[in-house]
Amino acid sequence: MTTTPPGTDTSGHTVAPEPALEVTGLDVHYGRGRRRHHALRGVSLSVAPGETVGVIGETGSGKSTLARAALGLVRASAGSVTVGGEDVTAYGNRRWRALRRRGVVQYVFQDPLRSLDPDLTIEDSLIEPLLIQGTGRKEAAPLARSFLDRVRLSEDLLGRLPGELSGGQRQRVAVARALITEPRLVILDEPVSALDSANRVQVLEILKELGAAGVALVLISHDLGSVAGTADRIAVLHRGELVETGAARDVINEPRHAYTRLLVGSAPTLRTAPASRAEREALRALLDA
Amino acid sequence: MTLLSQHTAPEQTRTVATAGPSAPPVLAVRDVRISDRVTEREIVRGVSFELTPGKAVGIVGESGSGKTLTCRAALGILPPHFEVTGGSVEIDGTDIATLTPPQWAALRGSTISAVFQDPASYLNPSIRVGAQIAEVVRVKKGLKRREARHRAVELLRAVRLSDPELVYGQYTYELSGGMLQRVLIAAAIAADPRALIADEATTALDVTVQAEILDLLAELRERSGLALVVVSHDLAVVAHLCDEVLVMRQGEVVEHGPTRAVLYDPQHEYTRLLIAEHDQYGLEKFLTPKEAS
Repeated sequence: MTTTPPGTDTSGHTVAPEPALEVTGLDVHYGRGRRRHHALRGVSLSVAPGETVGVIGETGSGKSTLARAALGLVRASAGSVTVGGEDVTAYGNRRWRALRRRGVVQYVFQDPLRSLDPDLTIEDSLIEPLLIQGTGRKEAAPLARSFLDRVRLSEDLLGRLPGELSGGQRQRVAVARALITEPRLVILDEPVSALDSANRVQVLEILKELGAAGVALVLISHDLGSVAGTADRIAVLHRGELVETGAARDVINEPRHAYTRLLVGSAPTLRTAPASRAEREALRALLDA
Repeated sequence: MTLLSQHTAPEQTRTVATAGPSAPPVLAVRDVRISDRVTEREIVRGVSFELTPGKAVGIVGESGSGKTLTCRAALGILPPHFEVTGGSVEIDGTDIATLTPPQWAALRGSTISAVFQDPASYLNPSIRVGAQIAEVVRVKKGLKRREARHRAVELLRAVRLSDPELVYGQYTYELSGGMLQRVLIAAAIAADPRALIADEATTALDVTVQAEILDLLAELRERSGLALVVVSHDLAVVAHLCDEVLVMRQGEVVEHGPTRAVLYDPQHEYTRLLIAEHDQYGLEKFLTPKEAS
């Protein structure tokens, strides 16, 4: 992995490690007038280089909105977003597109069929971001091989189309494609939710290696186990608000907020049953109070 | 619990909930082998288990290990060019190889039912979802239209959809994946089946909703003796629900036994690998031993 090490800026000077992503007081609304819906309220989150932050919460909690805001895909009505020290809050579509094209920030979504062009071979899909950056085909081709190898896929797949791959293989291609521009920040929205357990573990292992190599990751998932197994810190979203942020171990072991206790308590483990319905109702009542 | 309502006629009330292990199995899978006719490969190589009323059997293993094919064979719905080439499946004492299509129609839904992943492909996009559940109740339970509608709303409430009346009148495109999955679960239990095959039925659900569905299934087992086949990649779900576990790999059952024995004292190295992966990429990673029950 040749990612620029944390704490080094593009000109090679050593600087104080700038957060890879810093979201401050972020508000996002959807709709207008009476249909106006507050999707995120005053969310602040900082992700250091090489750090993996897991974002958990239920459907409608604002997890995906946070991912989309950090990628400039939805506009914030208040607050700021900083990527690698660059304040991108006021960026228009064109500047955001340029930022994504430079590969500063990359993303992986749940359904790889949507992030891979069905008519492009795996090789063309992989090198496309490099070609956009101006890398020549000749230099890009070996990179496609090496990144495919990094996600533990055979180079025999290079000539295939996405439709000819299994779901797990496709998602690993999507991860390789996100990595090929050597981004410092990758945002992953439910990257393993559609995968079976063997593929899920493989993708999570790749994410761990990335974290170790200095890439900052934001891992959004409804699967607490995947987040617990991968993240350094966990942020909990409830109805658009960040209700708890802490070291993964603390959030899972000693959740403080009632909503975190509800989430963690609802999951069975190999040795513990989920909290009883009465306990869960009590926590819900606390949340509604 | 709203599910077991006054609509369940007295003669349909079952006493099997208290049946002991000697009760005849509602589903018996005996050394089932499944082959792909095109490649002539044997995909499933001998799976056996018995499901007596109120019992829950879990099947775990990697994708392609034959879990879903085994379930589909038990329901008589193998995909094209797959066939059962050995062993037998009995539902309520009848070998399914002898069943005629009308006999199958009578069994499905009311004796044996199933929920698979990808709920959208099992629901009709041009019919309101509630009407699809009401239809099951009308055809299988002989309820009148109005009663069937009432019962369908009850079922939607039982799977914890927050506004069941609203959901009743909606179409598949208006609902999220998690909501559709719950609609499908409601439809699968609508005719009070004696056995339910749940193939990754709660995987796509939020953890809080999954907890509600797990409670619902436990209640149905206890009250009406529902028997379960649970296919899940989440060992914790299987540990929580099942009495017995089968571990499958490449079409073979590598380990089969009581849940505690298999998950707490695995004998096969593949089972050990699955548990190690679960410990590393599950909540178990952080839970301290004091929390073990």
